[in-house]
Order: sequence, then structure tokens, then C-alpha cells
Amino acid sequence: MEPSQIVKILDGGFAGEVIATSEFRGQPGITLKKDRLLDIARCLHDTPEFKFDLLRDLCGVDYKKMKKPRFEVVYNLYSITHRHTIRLNVQVDEKQPSLPSVAGVWKTADWHERECFDMYGITFDGHPDLRRILMPEDWEGYPLRKDYPMAGPDDEEWAGFKEVLKKAEEFKKFGWHLNERK
Amino acid sequence: MDETKELKTREMVINMGPQHPSTHGVLRLRLEVSGETIVKCTPYVGYLHRGTEKLAESMTYLQSIPLMDRLDYISSMTNDVGYCLAVERLFDIGLPLRAKYIRTMVSEMSRISSHLLWLATHALDIGAMTVFLYAFRERERILELFEQLCGARLTVTYPRIGGVRNDVSQEFIDTLYQFTEEFPDKIKEYETLINVNRIWLKRTIGIGIISAEEAVNYGLTGAALRGSGVDYDVRKHFPYDAYSLVKFDVPIGKNGDVYDRYLCRMEEMRQSNSIIKQCIEALPTGPIMTSDSPKFTLPPKDKVLNNMESLIHHFTLITKGPMTAPAGEVYVATEVPKGELGFYIVSDGTGRPYRMRIRSPSFIHVAALPRLCEGGFIADVVANIGSIDVVLGECDR
Repeated sequence: MEPSQIVKILDGGFAGEVIATSEFRGQPGITLKKDRLLDIARCLHDTPEFKFDLLRDLCGVDYKKMKKPRFEVVYNLYSITHRHTIRLNVQVDEKQPSLPSVAGVWKTADWHERECFDMYGITFDGHPDLRRILMPEDWEGYPLRKDYPMAGPDDEEWAGFKEVLKKAEEFKKFGWHLNERK
Repeated sequence: MDETKELKTREMVINMGPQHPSTHGVLRLRLEVSGETIVKCTPYVGYLHRGTEKLAESMTYLQSIPLMDRLDYISSMTNDVGYCLAVERLFDIGLPLRAKYIRTMVSEMSRISSHLLWLATHALDIGAMTVFLYAFRERERILELFEQLCGARLTVTYPRIGGVRNDVSQEFIDTLYQFTEEFPDKIKEYETLINVNRIWLKRTIGIGIISAEEAVNYGLTGAALRGSGVDYDVRKHFPYDAYSLVKFDVPIGKNGDVYDRYLCRMEEMRQSNSIIKQCIEALPTGPIMTSDSPKFTLPPKDKVLNNMESLIHHFTLITKGPMTAPAGEVYVATEVPKGELGFYIVSDGTGRPYRMRIRSPSFIHVAALPRLCEGGFIADVVANIGSIDVVLGECDR
């Protein structure tokens, strides 16, 4: 099915949900509002003409200064039977970063959404088990946000660094560093 | 008699990994077992998280290639090819025909080497030690060929945006052709060892069954999906490089169990071997790097050494990278030995990717592990981990 047809049917069924459509290098994309995402996902998955059975990828993007609203969650869909693709860009506001979970439609979204939460702090309503996945459970901050620095928070020294320096001073008492010089 | 009333049975929690030899890396599984049966399985990943996506945002497009080697370190060639394809799609760069054939050839070599390692360790986990030694014998030959080609055995960094780093030598081609002549017999050797081995059959047939519909829903790709009978191969559905120019079949299983996934991968090795052979026979002469987009691709080495402008050009590309890129977003997938590896790149027009997302097959395959393990025995967990073929470097990124 042609991407323009998909947009047409979606716009008919879910009036006002489609914000914009785009095409870059032959890859069609639709920008959506988040409110009726779950219904749209079910429609794309279940309708025999669409049959988007494979969720290839789900990830977040942080458009800190480039765009408003700040976040987007991107769904790359593919239909193995009909061999057509579509990309959904769902807009998520910074003040209330949450959107409906699609883990009930595609099971593969389960871990992807956990990762998105882990990296961007976007919560997914109705997710079965929303925990951090790649970072430790007690990690502070969301690493892939654009305001999260590459070299740790606020370019501060690593918290344990002072401790190491202190230990090094203690070891000097025993003269261990002198042995190394020989 | 009163004492027996107080005896209760309760579920026990077993921690498997992260330092367990059969988890192929650092995967931790929390298993809740009732007797020998697994009631609940919870995987914990992230031990090898290196923040590749964040790192790539701070680097130019060219600098990120070595990072991609370290994702799936067993078949780094296919990762590099996948990344370069994504960037080429973003920049809209075409490849010379010779580069396409070389890339296809080395990708398939990488696939054979990865499948051999999978076969060796998978069999070792289940208890067939001999196959390990046989498979590593052939894997060594491929790694030596890689070393001859680019100097590295594992982290190759051989493909470049718009082509490959250096041309293949005649000696390399001859040795590789010799290998492709001999390899089908070697596959037969492995099969005589395990195909009808009674222990192997008992440990694999009917274990970890997943239906076609469920496998798609869980997002499985590669041989893990094809073992369930779904005909999805990125090389056929979205042909890249020279895959539309060579003939090959996509093996498909029927029952979706560990044994069918094993059969699929064994047949894939034969197909890869045939692809390499076709590539060698059809290898055209010509440049190995495109000259259509001089702003984004490296100039040929002989020009760099003899021409001042090319040298400056080479220097700025390496140190600063291309200063501009077309703004837009692309998702490009390739078929790596594990499954579908996708790169989703968002470009804001500067020389660095605004966002680079790596869709790694291992991550999704580990997510499906509870579905395969629950209801089975503890001993079958290692069979299941082997059959979905994961590498934790790629899973945690």
C-alpha cells in the first residue's frame, strides 16, 4: 500500500491526530499526537490491509532546542506480508513526558519502552514492568537527554576520586611508592 | 506424623550468570524454579553498556565506524557495513560496483565465521565438545583472511562511507576461493558429528518452541525467526550492496524449536559460501571508493600521496569530518548473522549525527528469552540461549 493511502485512511478514522507527513530518501513518516496512539497502533496492527506485524524499532529522540514539543518517540513499522513500511513520530511534551504503551500490541515494545524510559525518562502508561534496563537501578538522570553531559553531571570530578586520593596519601606512609621508583 | 504437615514445597530462586560460561557474555538470568521446571525467568542486561549511542552523537560520521566494530565483536564486518549503508543513505551516496561486491563478499565471510562460533559454543553448551574444535579450525582460516585483508582479525574497520578501505589482493582472492571449494565438505563433517547424534536430538527437538505469529510479535529476526517458518530476510526484502545481483536461497524451518533454528543456520552457511563464490566469479574491475561525493568520502590513497589538494581534503575529512549533512531521518536495516541490525539516524544538518539509534537483534532476542524458557527445564535454558544466538556487547551497546 502506498504511504499516502495509509495516511488517508488514518486521517479518516482518527481525525485531527495526524499532524504532518514527510518523506525523506523514500522513507515515509507520519507525525502523530499521542492521545489516541494505542488505538492507532491497534488499527495498524490488526487491519488486514495494513497488517504491520513487525515493530522493527522504537526509540526516543530529544529535540531540546530544535523543536517543540521537546521529545519524540519513533516507531518503525514493517509488514512482512505486504512489504510496506511506515514510520510514526509521536510528539511528547516535556512537562508531562508520558504516552500510552504499545507493549500489548507488539510484545517487542516491552524492552524498547523500558530502554526509552531509561534513557529519556519518558514513561509509558500501561507498561507491564517499567524499570531501568541498561543503567543501574539507582542511576540518577537520563543519559541520552541532550542536557546530560558526556563527562558526568556538570563536569564534576567523579565522587569517588577524593577517596582514591586519600588512599594514595595513606599508602605513601608505608613507602610503597618508593619501591616502585626503584 | 505431625512434622510432615509442616513441610512445604516452595519455589526456589536460582541466579544464573552474569559470569556463567553458557550465557555467552555477561547475561544474568533470575530463574524461579519449582523442582526442575522454570516458573519465571527474568533477564538482567546492561553489564556491558558503553553508551555507544551517546558517544556517536559527539563524533563525526567517519569516526563512529570503529565504535560499530565493538557492538557485535564476533562479526564486526557486518556491523560496519550496516552503519556505512545508513550513512550512505542519509548522504545519498552510491557505491561503485566493485565495492558492492567486495562488501557482500566480506559480509558473508563474517556470517560464516559468526555461525561457526555459534555452532561451536552452542554444541559445547549442550555437551558436544568435538564440534567446537572442528568449527574453530575453519573459523581460524577466515580470521586469517581478514588479517591479510585489513590487518585485524576481529575489529576490522574495513568498510568506509562510500566504499571500502583498500582493494583485495589476488592472493586473498585465491585463498578465499580455495576455502569456498573446501568448506561444503567441512559442513558435512560437522553434520556427521551432530545431525543424527541421539543426545543432540533429544536436547534440541521440541525445545523452546515459538510459533510464527508469536515470533514476529516478539520482534525476532534472522534465523531465530526463520526457524519458525517466517520468510523474512533483510537481504531479500530490502536488498543492499550486491545481494540483488547474486542468487541465494533463504532456508526456512517448520517447527520453531531449537533444532529447526540449528538447521536454518547450517543451511545459511552453505548459502553464504555460494554467495562468496559468486562474488569472486563476478568481481568486476574498477574503483573501490566512489568519487561522486568528494565532500563526504575519502579520496583514493595514491592521490593523497601525490596530490596536495587530495591530502588537505583527506586531512580535513579525518580530523573534522564533513561539515554539513542533509537534514532528515533514515532507518536502514541490514541482515547480520544474529538478525536485523538497524541504524536510525537523525541529522540536523551538521557534521555529527543528532541522534543515532542502534536496533540490535541480540537485545530483542534476550527479551524473548523468558517466553522460550518458561515452562521448560533448567538444563534447556542453555540450549535456548544458544539457539537465539546473542552477543551481549551488541545487546547492551
